[in-house]
Amino acid sequence: MKRINQERWNRFKANRRAYVSLYVFGVLFFVTLFSELIANEKPLLIYHDGEFFCPLVKDYAEMRFGGEFETPADYRDPYVMDLIKAKGWMIRPLIPFSYHTINYNLGRPAPSPPSRTNWIGTDDRGRDVLARLLYGFRISVLFGLTLTLFSSAIGITAGAVQGYYGGIPDILGQRFIEIWSSLPTLFLLIILSSVVQPNFWWLLGITLLFGWMSLVGVVRAEFLRGRNFEYVTAAKALGLSDMRIIFRHVLPNAMVASITFMPFILGGSITTLTSLDFLGFGLPVGSPSLGELLAQGKANMQAPWLGLSAFIVLSLMFSLLVFIGEGVRDALDPRKVY
Amino acid sequence: MKDTLLTIENLSVSFQMGQRTTKAVENVSLYLEKGETLGIVGESGSGKTVTAMSILRLLPGSAVYPSGAIYFNGKDCLGMEDEDIRKIRGNRISVVFQQPMTSLNPLHRVGKQIRETLFLHQTISRSEADQKALAWLDRVGLKNPATKLSAFPHQLSGGERQRVMIAMALINEPDLLIADEPTTALDVTVQAQILDLIQDLQRELGMAMLFITHDLGIVKKIADRVAVMKEGEIVETNVPDLIFKAPAHPYTRHLIDSEPKGGPDLADDGDKTLLEVSGLKVWFPIQKGILRRTVGHVKAVDGISFTLKKGHTLGIVGESGSGKTTAGFAILKLNNSTGKILLGENSLNDMAGTQIRELRKRMQIIFQDPLGSLNPRMSVAQIIGEGLSIHAPGLNPEEEDERIMAVMEKVGLDPAVRDRYPNEFSGGQHQRIAIARALILKPEFMVLDEPTSSLDRSVQFQVLELLKSLQKGFHLTYIFISHDLKVVRSLCHDIIVMKDGVVVESGPSEKIFSRPEQEYTRKLIATAFH
Repeated sequence: MKRINQERWNRFKANRRAYVSLYVFGVLFFVTLFSELIANEKPLLIYHDGEFFCPLVKDYAEMRFGGEFETPADYRDPYVMDLIKAKGWMIRPLIPFSYHTINYNLGRPAPSPPSRTNWIGTDDRGRDVLARLLYGFRISVLFGLTLTLFSSAIGITAGAVQGYYGGIPDILGQRFIEIWSSLPTLFLLIILSSVVQPNFWWLLGITLLFGWMSLVGVVRAEFLRGRNFEYVTAAKALGLSDMRIIFRHVLPNAMVASITFMPFILGGSITTLTSLDFLGFGLPVGSPSLGELLAQGKANMQAPWLGLSAFIVLSLMFSLLVFIGEGVRDALDPRKVY
Repeated sequence: MKDTLLTIENLSVSFQMGQRTTKAVENVSLYLEKGETLGIVGESGSGKTVTAMSILRLLPGSAVYPSGAIYFNGKDCLGMEDEDIRKIRGNRISVVFQQPMTSLNPLHRVGKQIRETLFLHQTISRSEADQKALAWLDRVGLKNPATKLSAFPHQLSGGERQRVMIAMALINEPDLLIADEPTTALDVTVQAQILDLIQDLQRELGMAMLFITHDLGIVKKIADRVAVMKEGEIVETNVPDLIFKAPAHPYTRHLIDSEPKGGPDLADDGDKTLLEVSGLKVWFPIQKGILRRTVGHVKAVDGISFTLKKGHTLGIVGESGSGKTTAGFAILKLNNSTGKILLGENSLNDMAGTQIRELRKRMQIIFQDPLGSLNPRMSVAQIIGEGLSIHAPGLNPEEEDERIMAVMEKVGLDPAVRDRYPNEFSGGQHQRIAIARALILKPEFMVLDEPTSSLDRSVQFQVLELLKSLQKGFHLTYIFISHDLKVVRSLCHDIIVMKDGVVVESGPSEKIFSRPEQEYTRKLIATAFH
C-alpha cells in the first residue's frame, strides 16, 4: 500500500498548480500560526536595567521600568518606550499592532488609508488591517480544519453504519438526514446566536450540527458496495468482528472518496464562518475575522482597502483550496492507475 | 491452399501504457480457408482474443502493431480506412462475445438491436427488417420469437441472450464468424446446445469460423484445425486428431495432461461423522406493496439433507441458480437458514453470533474468485495472519510470522514473498494464498466454492492436487461446490446433485457417474464428457 500512496503523491506533485498551491497554503498557514510573533503591540524581548523581559508570556507593571502606574505597561506609549530605551533596548515585531490594538495617533478619522505605520490601512475603529488579516486567516483555517475533521468523523461513521448494516438503520438514518438537511439552517443559526453569545466552539458546534452530512452519502454508497466484496465475506468466515471488518476491510475503500472531498469541505466550512461573520452572527465582537472585514468594506465604500484586502485574501484562499482539491481528486483517481 | 479467406502474416501487437510497452502477440501467422473452422486454444493471457480482435481493429487505442499484416479477401485490414473497416464489421466478419449480458444494450428491445445491424449494412424497409429478424430468431432456436422480439435483454436467460447475439452476428450472412469463448459463461447443458447451433448454422451458411476457447474438449468437437497459443505465440497448428494423439510441442502435451482425471484418494468408511445437515432451507421473502408484506418466497435452498464423514469430500453439483453456493454459505452460517446443521455436537442454527465466531476456526471457505477474496490493501502475510489475531490471541509477532511462513510452505508459496500485495501474484497463487489463510486456523472442514473455475486448466490441476494432498496430510473434510463434473469426479467421494434448490440425486461418486438414476444427472454428465 505504501507504494500506491507513493504513486499518488508523485501524481499529485506532477500537477504543478496543485503542488504549488499546497505549498503556498501550507506556508501561509504555518506563518499565521505564529501571528503573535509577527503582529503584536507588545515587544518580543526587552532588555532593561540588566534584566530580560518577555512581555508576550508575562505582563509586567509599568513600575518595573520606572514608570508610575501599577497597571501593565502599554508598550506603545511613547513615555514607556522612552523609559525602556533609557536603560536598555527592545525588539518589536514586524507589525507593532495586534488584531485588537487601536492606533490612536492616526492623524485623521478611521478608517485611515495605507501608510507607513499601517501598511494596508486601518479599519473603522483604527485597528491595523494587516494584523487583522493575519489573525483572521488563522482563525478561519483553524475553524475550517476543526469543522472538517469533526464533520468527516461523524459523517464517515454515520455513512459506515448505514451502509454496512443496511436495512432498518439505513432507512431510519436516511430519513433522518432528509429531514435534518431540510431544516432552514441559517435561521436556526440566527436564532441560536441571539440566545447564546457565540464563541469559536459554539459556532463550531452549531455549524457541525448541520454540516456533518456532506460525506454520509459517499461513504454509505462505498459501504453498500464494499460489504458484498468477497474478501469481506472471507473476513466474516474467519470470524472477525463487525468493527474490525469495517475498519480493516471496508473503510479503506471509502477513504479515497472521502479524502477527495475534504479540501472542498474545508473551503465550504470557511465560507460558512465568513458568511456568518459578514451577517454579524459569527464570532464575538472584536474578533479578527475576514467576514467582519468584508462587512466593514461594504459599510465604508470610501475605504476600498478594507473590502479589497478581505476579498483578495478570501479569493486567494479559496483558489488555493480548489486547486489542491483538484490535484487530490486527480491523484486519487483510480482510472489513472496503471 | 484452395480458397484462402483470411491470412495473418507475422502479426505482432503491443500495448502502450505510459512509458511501458507490453507485448501481447508476437509474430503470429495463420490462414483460414472458406468454410473452415480454426480453433485457437490457449490459457488466459496467451493473446488469442487480441489476435482475433486485431482482424476488425477492435482493440483499444493503446494497441500498436509493430509488424505484420492481415488480409481478408485480399484486402489489408490494418491499413484500411476507418470507413472501410466499418463496412466489414458485422457485415462480412461478425463477432460473438463471451458475455451475453454485457454485449447487449440493456436499454433497447431485442428487435431494435437486431434491426440496427440490418439497417447499417443493407437498404431495407422496416417491415422487411422485422420479418427478417423474426425469421432469424426462429432460426437460432428461440421459442416464441415474436414475443422475444419485443423483449428486453434482462428478460432473457443467458442461453437465450447468446442465441440473440448469434442471430445478430449472422443476420448479414458474413463470410467469417469470430466466436470468442461464446459458451464459457453458460451452463454446461446450454453450452452443448449453443455449440450445436453454431455448427449447424455454419454448415448452412458455408461460412468460416475462428473459434477462440480455453477448453480443449470443445475444440476437439468443433474445429477442423487447431492453433495452440502460448504467451503471444502460436506454438503448434494441426488437425485436432494429431494434436490430441501426437502433440508436437511440450506445451500442447502439458495442456492435454492437465485435464483433470482419476478419482479421489480412498477415504476410510469407518471415520466419524463430522457434519450432519437435515432439512436445510434458505428462503428469501418476496415483498410487495408499500407495507412490504411478504407475498411469497424464493426458495433458494429447499430442504436439503446430508451427512459428511471426517476426511471425506462431498461434491455439490448443479447449474447456476440451483442453490449450491447458497447452501454452502448456509452451512457456514454466512446467511440465514432454517433446519439443522450439526458440526460435531454443536447445532449451528441454535447458537448465538459470538459462539459461532468461536467455531469459525473449525470451518473455513475458499471462494471462486481468488483475487476478489483477498483484500488488495493488505500484504500476503497480513491476509494469511488475520485469523490468528482472533483465534490464537497472545502470539508474539515472531511466532505469528513463523506460523505464516510454515503454512505458506505447505501450500507451495515461497515465504519470502509474504510482504508483497495480492496484485503481484497470478490466479493460481491467489488461490494458494486463500487456502493458506484458511489452513492456518487448522480447520476441520472447508467449503470450496468453485475454487478452480476461474483458473486455467493447468493451474486448476495444480490447485486440485494441492487440495488432495492437504486433505491427506491433515485429514480435512471438504464440501466441494462446482458445476464442472470433470473436476468433481477427480476430487469427491460423495455427490449431491441440486436443481432449483432441491436435491435431485445423491450417492457415492462412482455410482452417480456410472449409473445415474435421474434424467437431469444423465444430461449433466453427457454434456460434461462430450
